[in-house]
Amino acid sequence: MMKKRWFQVGWPPVAVLFSFLVIWQLAVTWGHIEEFLLPSPLRILEVFTQADVRARLWMHAASTIRITLLGLGSGIGLGIVLAVLLHVIPFLRSGIYPLLILTQNVPIVATGPLLIIWLGYGIAPKVVLIMLVCFFPVVVSTLTGLSQPDPQYLNYMQMIGATKRQLLWKLELPNALPYLFSGMKLAASYSVITAVAAEWLGSKEGLGTYIKLSANGFMTAQVFATIVVIVAVSLGLFGIFALLAKWAVRWNIKNGGR
Amino acid sequence: MVINTTALDRTQEIPKLEVSQINKSFERDRQRHTVLKNLSLAVHPGEFVSIIGPSGSGKSTLLQLIGGLLEPDSGEIRMDGSNVTGSKGLISYMPQQPALFPWYTLEQNVLMALDIAESNAKKRGSGMGGTPTTASREERRELARTWLARAGLGGYEDQYPQVLSGGMQQRASFVRAMLSPQELICLDEPFGALDALTRLQMQQWLLSIWEEHRRSVLLVTHSIEEAIFLSDRIYVLSAAPAQTIAEFQVPFERPRDEAIINCEPFIRMKRDIYQLLQTGSGQHAR
Ligand SMILES: Nc1ncnc2c1ncn2[C@@H]1O[C@H](COP(=O)(O)OP(=O)(O)OP(=O)(O)O)[C@@H](O)[C@H]1O
Ligand SMILES: [Mg+2]
Repeated sequence: MMKKRWFQVGWPPVAVLFSFLVIWQLAVTWGHIEEFLLPSPLRILEVFTQADVRARLWMHAASTIRITLLGLGSGIGLGIVLAVLLHVIPFLRSGIYPLLILTQNVPIVATGPLLIIWLGYGIAPKVVLIMLVCFFPVVVSTLTGLSQPDPQYLNYMQMIGATKRQLLWKLELPNALPYLFSGMKLAASYSVITAVAAEWLGSKEGLGTYIKLSANGFMTAQVFATIVVIVAVSLGLFGIFALLAKWAVRWNIKNGGR
Repeated sequence: MVINTTALDRTQEIPKLEVSQINKSFERDRQRHTVLKNLSLAVHPGEFVSIIGPSGSGKSTLLQLIGGLLEPDSGEIRMDGSNVTGSKGLISYMPQQPALFPWYTLEQNVLMALDIAESNAKKRGSGMGGTPTTASREERRELARTWLARAGLGGYEDQYPQVLSGGMQQRASFVRAMLSPQELICLDEPFGALDALTRLQMQQWLLSIWEEHRRSVLLVTHSIEEAIFLSDRIYVLSAAPAQTIAEFQVPFERPRDEAIINCEPFIRMKRDIYQLLQTGSGQHAR
């Protein structure tokens, strides 16, 4: 079977999106909707042509990207280390894993302010918040991959007398790689939203702050323009991880990475 | 057809592998099911021994006992005369599924088995467990490449297993077992998953390799023909609980030709074993 080209996969959503934008544009123009209620797509595009707004958008985006990458990176690192630890020490796994799932029920709107109280108004509380959100999918998926290698491989390794350590390095870790990457893709897509939410909770810069300021000033077009930037950053980050995943599990011809 | 009349007297020799009076049962639904009952067998150095028995009789369980994955309820497993019950890493192994790791190339797969065997041999201080290998990693790599090429896999060394056919994967899996330095190779229905034609080719190929590179082999199989064609000796197991109900000495000289499949003694032996497996009992020992 021929693999579908990107444009074969890509054109239906693009067509739908384009029609949607056209309808939106026409509705706003003919329906005489106030700009502060709903700006037209062309008006939102116009925001990007204003040099001063563009500069501010870029400045805020850079700040958001910075905390996102810091939080995501440390979250992934923490996730991998924790997954391996829980895997090699069964007691830790049975003791900690259930509690870990419980912690996911605590909402960001509660964690965020607490972290600000504890860590102040710098970037620390935001980075920690992103880290807390990102490490969870990484731990869960990596742990799944570590603990579920195909029994035929496990039997083979034990028959030839592999040690626990050899099992970990040669079987369980490689087996967990595709799982790890699907966890990282999830984490990457959560990370930007969390960064924006964290900034919205309290910060002097970042896209979340910019949205807050723009909305307070009824500059709805700017809010939409910021949303466009957020989506672009999210997609870009997700794309990078998707590419990394493809490369890291290139041996996995059948599913070409998860 | 030449028939080997000088049946070897093996009674004096210390067997490579000796399984003596093994009992093994599993608990299932709060009941004990005896899988192996008073089972004994031996493999002598350089000998090719087959075990044939009905499905579910406990052949894989027996191999897991030999491999040290399971402990017997009673009985002993000895290699070169010393008790090795429950110790791992003393055999090289070829499972029914090729079990080549998808994240390693063919060469890396073979090398991995050699590396593990090497680190086991080091730990044991080159005591039991067969030849201590002194080969460097570079030499091992060279060995792997040479033998993969001999198995008709030249040019595929750097491919991932998924691109290979089932027969090619089995050959790589056999090379992996063959090159491991342990002196006993255990094969668990190695060709069970292959079609009849590929299976025949693989048997001939295995035989040609083994005849010039003698190792002690314990082969588990469903196929009577395969057992007779390849082995020096055959143990027939009964259905659960498995006991050895018969032992056959295979008289054909080596190197063997596939033509022996059609000769009179071959067919007679095949019929005898078939009947034994059908009735599930008998004292046919020769
Ligand atoms: N770990 C286990 N726990 C409980 N029962 C087991 C276990 N391992 C094997 N058995 C049982 O032991 C019996 C023998 O199994 P085994 O896999 O050794 O048979 P086999 O001769 O290799 O069969 P086949 O020819 O189909 O491969 C089966 O009834 C199986 O259900
Ligand atoms: Mg079996």
